[in-house]
Amino acid sequence: MKKEMDDRFKKFGTVSFTAITKTNDFIGHLENGRVMGTRCKDCGLEFFPPRADCYHCFSSHMEWFEVSGTGKLITYSQLQFGPVGFEDDLPYAIAILDYGNFKVFGRIAGDIPEDEITLGMEMETKVTRLPNNQLSYVFQKT
Amino acid sequence: MGKVGIIGVGQSNFVRQYPGSIRELAFEGFKDAMNDADISTSDIDASVICSAPEYDKQRSPAGIFAEYLGLNPQPTFYVESLCSSSSMGLRLAYSLVKSGLHDVVAIIGFQKMSEISSSESQERMGRGADIQWESPFGTMMPAYYAMYARAHMDAYGTTLEDLAQVRVKAATYGQMNEKAVYRKPVTAEMFSDPENRMSGPVASPLRVGDCCANADGSSCIIVANEEKARTFCNKPVWILGLGAATASVNLAGRDLFTGLTVGKQAADQAYQMAGVSPKNIDVAEVHDCFTIAELMAYENLGFAKPGEGKELIRGKETYKEGTIPINVDGGLLSKGHPIGATGGSQIRTIVLQLRDEAGEIQVRRPEIGLVHNIGGVGLYGSVTILGR
Repeated sequence: MKKEMDDRFKKFGTVSFTAITKTNDFIGHLENGRVMGTRCKDCGLEFFPPRADCYHCFSSHMEWFEVSGTGKLITYSQLQFGPVGFEDDLPYAIAILDYGNFKVFGRIAGDIPEDEITLGMEMETKVTRLPNNQLSYVFQKT
Repeated sequence: MGKVGIIGVGQSNFVRQYPGSIRELAFEGFKDAMNDADISTSDIDASVICSAPEYDKQRSPAGIFAEYLGLNPQPTFYVESLCSSSSMGLRLAYSLVKSGLHDVVAIIGFQKMSEISSSESQERMGRGADIQWESPFGTMMPAYYAMYARAHMDAYGTTLEDLAQVRVKAATYGQMNEKAVYRKPVTAEMFSDPENRMSGPVASPLRVGDCCANADGSSCIIVANEEKARTFCNKPVWILGLGAATASVNLAGRDLFTGLTVGKQAADQAYQMAGVSPKNIDVAEVHDCFTIAELMAYENLGFAKPGEGKELIRGKETYKEGTIPINVDGGLLSKGHPIGATGGSQIRTIVLQLRDEAGEIQVRRPEIGLVHNIGGVGLYGSVTILGR
């Protein structure tokens, strides 16, 4: 019998360019409403985006931790044009939140008008299901 | 161990849509450099071919170019670091010559971007980022640089008018460059006129006029060891310093959003190797893929303190007559940006300046010039210091 490959990562974002990764459980956690990063069990380093391997101590023993609380908006840009496959999402804003030990790259929730976005504001990272049934996360006001 | 000299430089016209194949495009830049060096193909004992992948369908372009340019059976190498590919090609060629493995090496950069549509091209460039964790959000180059522009404006009071002035300067010199793709004048008023194309929003805060255009083009630099450089060339330009660095691809892995660490690190290495400081630089080419990128380069290269890049453009200090002339060939903003060819084109401009052969844009008797070439959104950085 042919072995089924775990290709859950193809469900990430409007268009995923990766299907198979050792961090596929990230998608399982999104399905349960949680955005998770990984922590090295050997040296304690925290990673977002999640990694399967620690470059610091070369360990591959990772555990998941939830991205909770708020992060500070470092910068963002609202796009008026998008790459092939993202046209229906326009306009949308990509941004970075700083959580201290790590940063999160993602999108600002589409229902926040640009004039209500200011650098330094505290935002939360929340799971979202996209119109095409893909899974992602967005930054929301607290 | 002797020096490494540049004995020939060339480039094709940079155009919106080249009416030929990639090998024919590469031939144009190569022929221009061969005419400049006045040597024959048998004098070249290795080639380095540079481009970013997926704009055309040729796998392993180095092989096809070696054949088409008459460079068989000499070995060839392929170098890729996105927009800094041909500067990194120069770094490889320098080490090949310095090691004694080869005497004369041709570095050929090319890109034919018109084979795919503009939005496909944005998708390719977006995938020059982290495809697993960033690209699924719909990233593209202007938006990434726009995030840096936003952070720089917020931290230092840099304005949209400052950014527009960078484009105005580029257009001043682009009009004089017969190889540039954009040769029309640009005024600051165009950026404040909502009817003008320049002011159209792309990715806030960047507008159409803040972005360089895709182009088709090729460039070629020929380097030689000191003995051959002196034999072949009566005005060799010497490679005095080289610097190169990398940074986290995913922006989540970075700490600085008001400058590019790779530009600063590469510059520090190159200054140290050449034994010079920013004040010794007489003319420079910097990677102005977007207006904000040029202002950040002023600061990362030490021509201005962090946050004070805007003062250089406000005071017109980076014009030809200023204290540090920068991108007086029109830069990427006017020349267009055929990814793999860009670094070679920048090097060509500085070599012509140091030979006093730059024509209308000639800076008065420059002794030392600098080339700053960035790959991706500051994920690769290369700085090269050249001297007569």
